[in-house]
Amino acid sequence: MPDIFNIFIRSVFIDNMVFAYFLGMCSYLAVSKSVKTAGGLGLAVCFVLAVTVPVNYLIDKYLLQPGALAWLGEGFADVDLSFLSLIIFIAVIAGMVQLLEMVIERHMPALYMALGIFLPLIAVNCAILGGSLFMQERNFPTVIHSFSYAIGSGLGWLLAITSMAAIRERLKYANIPEPLRGNGIAYIITGLMGLGFMAFLGF
Amino acid sequence: MKKYLGPLSKDNPILVQTLGVCSALAVTAQLKPAVVMALSVTVVCAFSNLIISLIRNTIPPRIRIIVQLLIVSFWVVLVDLLLQAYFYEISKLLSVFVGLIITNCIIMGRLEAFALSHKPWPSFMDGVMNGVGYGLVLVVVAFFRELLGSGTLWNHQVIPKALYQIGYLNNGLMILPPMALILVGVMIWIRGSRVDR
Repeated sequence: MPDIFNIFIRSVFIDNMVFAYFLGMCSYLAVSKSVKTAGGLGLAVCFVLAVTVPVNYLIDKYLLQPGALAWLGEGFADVDLSFLSLIIFIAVIAGMVQLLEMVIERHMPALYMALGIFLPLIAVNCAILGGSLFMQERNFPTVIHSFSYAIGSGLGWLLAITSMAAIRERLKYANIPEPLRGNGIAYIITGLMGLGFMAFLGF
Repeated sequence: MKKYLGPLSKDNPILVQTLGVCSALAVTAQLKPAVVMALSVTVVCAFSNLIISLIRNTIPPRIRIIVQLLIVSFWVVLVDLLLQAYFYEISKLLSVFVGLIITNCIIMGRLEAFALSHKPWPSFMDGVMNGVGYGLVLVVVAFFRELLGSGTLWNHQVIPKALYQIGYLNNGLMILPPMALILVGVMIWIRGSRVDR
């Protein structure tokens, strides 16, 4: 149990998707102009991560890893399908996003309106595929660990994009050198925020 | 030829269009992985552009995103396996970021904006030039990070030992992730102030 909690805290603050691994930077820079939309996208990422990472974990564990097919019988014990993992992961993510979109539209129209255009865009957000690939690299022991990792990373991303949006809303009133406006200053602020987040490492 | 040169500076994918930033920053602590990454992205971008352009008239528009994703991931898996076979050390260093080329927005962006509406040869060249434009930024960032951060270039000691003896220290900050972001920010700044004049 403490293990699971540790993974959660670690993925929110220390291994933050944006500040430590630069995942999902494209949408992070493009959509962080207002806190409201940033929060919407952050929630959607959180949600999709929480669904796709555990699903990919199960697929990886029972279908793709070397020896994962042992449950089918003796003859399958040394089959290694791990070279397929990239294609399968991206297919699962694209499919899941499509499925989620339909389910949410049907049963939770309020949430659907709130997420809006962001939901389909998420299929090509590298934070999502990155979540699955890091999950594979870290070899979590159970599916619950991978779920806590997914939720943690999603929240970390949400935290990063909303705080960035809040800073950028304030930035409108700052006197920045002309060529640095827009993306230039956004990169530098992200770097400084990343430096701040490194304090959680505890040297 | 001139029409292909846009991605190098005027329409640089990273500095101007903010595409493909995710993988660009994570691999630039040293020059070697940065160059390998740039080459891989160029190969994937060029060949997926070529294939999409060849079959552009047969893809139903409704499912084109999934078709594009599959073609891109085919090339990425190929590059990944090649790297693991011939450059095992570097592929360990790049870890998940080779896989993340699939969701690199430069590639999806070029497929959508260029390959779907142009002939194969221009699409191929467009892919190559965008890969090179992406690579240029990577190489510049990696050059400064490796030189100032570890005093080496391409794993060779560049800063003389004598300098360390009189008190020169490597700037440890350069190796940390946030510094990549700040360097790119500064590059945008420099570029912006030169272009406006």
